[in-house]
Amino acid sequence: MNDFLGALVAAWQLVLSGDPTLIGIVSLSLSVSLTAVLLASVIGLPLGAALAVLRFPGRNAAVVVVNALMGLPPVVAGLFVYLLLSRSGPLGSLGLLFTPTAMVIAQVVLVSPIIAAVARQIVEDFWLEYRDLYILDGTSLVRTVSSLLWLGRFSLITAVLAGLGRAAAEVGAILIVGGNIAGVTRTMTTAIALETSRGDLSLALGLGIILLSLTLAINATAQFVRNTDRAAAV
Amino acid sequence: MTAWAWVRLCAASCLLLATPVAVAQEPFITVASTTSTEESGLFGYLLPAFTKTTGIQVRVVAVGTGQALKIGERGDCDVVFIHDRPAELAFVERGFGIDRQEVMYNDFILVGTEADPAHVDGGEDIVAAFRMIAETKAPFVARGDDSGTSKAEMRFWKEAGIDPKSAGAGWYRDTGSGMGPTLNTAAAMDGYTLSDRGTWLSFKNKQHLTIVVEGDRRLFNQYGVMLVNPQKHPHVKRDLGESFIDWLISPDGQRTIAGYKINGTQLFFPDAKGSPS
Repeated sequence: MNDFLGALVAAWQLVLSGDPTLIGIVSLSLSVSLTAVLLASVIGLPLGAALAVLRFPGRNAAVVVVNALMGLPPVVAGLFVYLLLSRSGPLGSLGLLFTPTAMVIAQVVLVSPIIAAVARQIVEDFWLEYRDLYILDGTSLVRTVSSLLWLGRFSLITAVLAGLGRAAAEVGAILIVGGNIAGVTRTMTTAIALETSRGDLSLALGLGIILLSLTLAINATAQFVRNTDRAAAV
Repeated sequence: MTAWAWVRLCAASCLLLATPVAVAQEPFITVASTTSTEESGLFGYLLPAFTKTTGIQVRVVAVGTGQALKIGERGDCDVVFIHDRPAELAFVERGFGIDRQEVMYNDFILVGTEADPAHVDGGEDIVAAFRMIAETKAPFVARGDDSGTSKAEMRFWKEAGIDPKSAGAGWYRDTGSGMGPTLNTAAAMDGYTLSDRGTWLSFKNKQHLTIVVEGDRRLFNQYGVMLVNPQKHPHVKRDLGESFIDWLISPDGQRTIAGYKINGTQLFFPDAKGSPS
């Protein structure tokens, strides 16, 4: 029990101390994950909606691929982006490896399929319900997709939150492309991995408690927004 | 507030949060190094002194020696700072590294549980101890990650005439992880493991583990530093990287290395050629 108590004490002391290193790590974690989720939503939501609406040969295969990519191991995504951004790789001249930008790219690769897959399912349900109306009106694809995304906006928050959960929790991809450099690419999860390596288990779990609290706060905010907006919409 | 207003607010705050990402940087170099230098806390002590003197930031990517060399080979860092002399010399030989300098040393130790099932405690012969562990089939936790420590361990098994990976019986556990995780595993299963002294001294989850064998001449652990060859990778920051190497082997840098202590114990011993120590 001492370990868990120690972790709670460590977490509490860290928060109270207002340690600038901790603040740097937390804000880097948030900015990387939120930016990645924003970009992944811009990619994943329209992609998912288009997959729901369009009928084309190989559509089933495309749906299976997107669904399967939800299970993309972070280490593999990290390795893929590493080889892409390495100086010896195709995008090496950009010099992006071991920067926060590289971590954002890796997380976009991880998160986009999750948002697209969940969005596809949600939008498809609406599409089946209202398909005849859209077809009667002769609405264009772009208008149909944006209108369906708007209709499903409350449910789609879940898709975005699922993506955020993945981004905030993963360590494998950002460790490879970010390098866990102190003050530059060290995030909550890579710091937890490092402190575990150093055998400081209380501090590691303490950081974990802080990370979990942040995730909880973000989800609670999303729930609040959904409830107030739904009340306003009805 | 409508949903779109919320979305716009979120988007705006994301962009705001992301701005530090794009802020102009001070001069910096990227150094690929080993977990032992990072996890022992040496870099946290050493690098601020260098940055204060020169204004150059050092970004350390701490991985196993094998991976550090790979990062250097691909041109993804400016300087490599590791501990595996044969691999370092091969790296220079193949034209990937230049200007190799020896910086400091510490030593490897054999760590085991106080119960000492292989009866090796107090010995000074690392190869004899490895033989005893194999004979008694006492659990041994191995790095298995192509690190400098892992390569040293494999040399000792070879000298003992034992191939632990084909020994079977499950006493040899290859974890494929860094020194800290390997020590965590050894602590949890009361196993033996080979560690560098720096990581061991700063490791906080020792439980029943203690040093059982130390002081063998073969446990000497030399650290070397080298610049990634700018002729292979033109973007390498030659001047900044060289000033880092020069500082490490300067009297000032060597004194700083000697000054790093945990509970009064010195972790690394400077031995650059021409240094006063």
